[in-house]
Amino acid sequence: MSTPNGTVREITYGEAVREAIVEEMRRDPTVFMIGEDIGAAGNVFKILTGLQAEFGADRVIDSPISESGIAGIGVGAAMTGMRPIVEIMFGDFTTFVMDQMTNQAAKTHYMSGGKLRVPMVLRTTMGAGRASAAQHSQSLHAWLSHVPGMKVALPATPRDAKGLLKSAIRDDNPVAIFEDKMMYSVTGPVEEEEFLIPLGQAEIKRPGRDITIVATSSMVQETLTAAERLAGIGLEAEVVDPRTMVPLDTDTLVESAKRTSRAMVVDEGCERYGVTGELASVIADGAFYYLDAPVRRLGAMNVPVPFAPSLEEQTIPNADGIFETARALCSAA
Amino acid sequence: MSVMTSSQDVEHWLYLYEQMYRIRCFEEVSDNLYTRGLIPGITHLYIGEEAVAVGVCSVLRDDDWITSTHRGHGHCLAKGADVGRMFAELMGRATGYCGGKGGSMHIADQDTGNLGANGIVGGSTAIVAGAGLSAKLRGTDEVAVAFFGDGALGQGQLYESMNMAALWKLPVLYVCENNHYGEYTPNDQTIAGEILDRARAFGIPSREVDGQDIREVSRVAGEAVAAARRGDGPSFLQCTTYRYRGHHVGDVDRPYRTQAEEEEWQATRDPLRNLAAWLETEFDVGSEVVEQLEAEVRTAVDDSAAKALEEPIPEASEVTTHVYA
Ligand SMILES: Cc1ncc(C[n+]2csc(CCOP(=O)(O)OP(=O)(O)O)c2C)c(N)n1
Ligand SMILES: [Mg+2]
Repeated sequence: MSTPNGTVREITYGEAVREAIVEEMRRDPTVFMIGEDIGAAGNVFKILTGLQAEFGADRVIDSPISESGIAGIGVGAAMTGMRPIVEIMFGDFTTFVMDQMTNQAAKTHYMSGGKLRVPMVLRTTMGAGRASAAQHSQSLHAWLSHVPGMKVALPATPRDAKGLLKSAIRDDNPVAIFEDKMMYSVTGPVEEEEFLIPLGQAEIKRPGRDITIVATSSMVQETLTAAERLAGIGLEAEVVDPRTMVPLDTDTLVESAKRTSRAMVVDEGCERYGVTGELASVIADGAFYYLDAPVRRLGAMNVPVPFAPSLEEQTIPNADGIFETARALCSAA
Repeated sequence: MSVMTSSQDVEHWLYLYEQMYRIRCFEEVSDNLYTRGLIPGITHLYIGEEAVAVGVCSVLRDDDWITSTHRGHGHCLAKGADVGRMFAELMGRATGYCGGKGGSMHIADQDTGNLGANGIVGGSTAIVAGAGLSAKLRGTDEVAVAFFGDGALGQGQLYESMNMAALWKLPVLYVCENNHYGEYTPNDQTIAGEILDRARAFGIPSREVDGQDIREVSRVAGEAVAAARRGDGPSFLQCTTYRYRGHHVGDVDRPYRTQAEEEEWQATRDPLRNLAAWLETEFDVGSEVVEQLEAEVRTAVDDSAAKALEEPIPEASEVTTHVYA
């Protein structure tokens, strides 16, 4: 994992998101935020406390419960010189903004022959694990990743959350960021000094020679835990976090797989037609002649997320499953 | 749950009192269980708003339909759900209404005409028009009622639904539970213009109702449901009400509103207390009668919760059932 340079503090993922927004809003007066309960309440995960107090209600706008409407506001404001950050409280509600993102934001630059731009950020959440049931637990990042014109980021650490968000705000394209709501309170090292993390640059979160495990968002931590246990049985896993689905750092993924000759992909979206399928095929294409076994993938079960914790825990990949799958893959011929 | 007694009778009102009190007990016990970690996830309590659900459902038949919200326990119970199976669902047990797969925000029970609580704000308002259309296409005189919060007024699907319901004279009742807040934001910051004007724009008869007065709620809802049943099309009720507790059980500080406001609603407009007072003046129902009734309901609710705690969790294999019908 890359070590931050300069003065390093431990801050939470939520604080990192907040810092990115505050720094960019101070730097650029065209940046503003709109979302539900983001004003006095400081958003439902309490990560934006004080934002409205600093920037005022004109730049931190509490909206009605109108996801489609605020996404439209984002698109129109972005086309006309602003840099909106639209917050959609639960990723499950991105269903409401799909038209604005898919048919407007993502296509406007292309359809206008390069004349119009939509520099907006859509911040939303993903991830199960809170017994929040089927409409508050989904990981729908594959949907927007499918649409040409969209960029999509999945930060896995506080440092990534800050650096990727700052780049997204400065990007001239619509960028969707999916933050795992279980990670808001997770801490990690983040430097005091300003930094950006470019969109489209994977990071090797742990080097290893025996197997490449590509993981996204909260699955990175699960995979690192599994990697520790694999080390215990003599297998060194390389954990690669693509950090952005689009643009995708194909080279880093493929080069790692070539080195280790075995690869698997872990992501919290449903396995079917999802991110794991795409990443596995990118690796299979690029590293085919170097691989000793087919690329394996682990996604969420293809079921709505059930409420009962005893059922819910079965549906998402965890360190145990990653460990077992990796071990089996390493013993395959 | 349909009520066979007449509104002239004391039994009728005592029965509605009992239903409101059952909801209040259910919610208090749920709060307690949640706080003790015996209910997972998130739960939104209906305490304070009981007269809306019970008043509206008192004029519905068993074969009428309701669509509900994230704050749905009161609607489910008022339409006839069983307390024990509700608790079991909240606890994620196999014997719950959804086999533990739905939880607080998704309780559904088609046997009592409940098409489901809903985790999507505004979700109930769109589905209701389909249930109304279906009632019409199937040649029945069933009525479909959507409960939704003031927050759902922000959602475009409500307006698409009202337009079609009005165009096609669907047997639908829109019941807006205006408790003045959507989560932590007061709704004077989120609602432009007059709420009733929105429905009137579609030619839908619209009324503001004191949602803390069950007699008024049931009278006005009764007229609207009768109109829908006759084929006169949809109506819209704005029920003014108040949630006594937080947006969800974890919302205990509530910096977005004053304690004085909370106390005033509870002291002067409590739907249970006000009905009890009226029962006393109108029918001479003494406090000992009400207390007796309350004690019985509370014991039954406590027993149901204790039993639900003994229910089994779902079989692990249940995770893949019911994905497809
Ligand atoms: C589409 C959608 N957006 C946002 C939310 C998050 N959310 C849950 S309840 C709620 C407030 C709803 O307010 P209201 O409709 O007034 O109902 P109340 O909670 O006051 O009963 C919000 C914003 C959601 N569940 N669905
Ligand atoms: Mg409300």
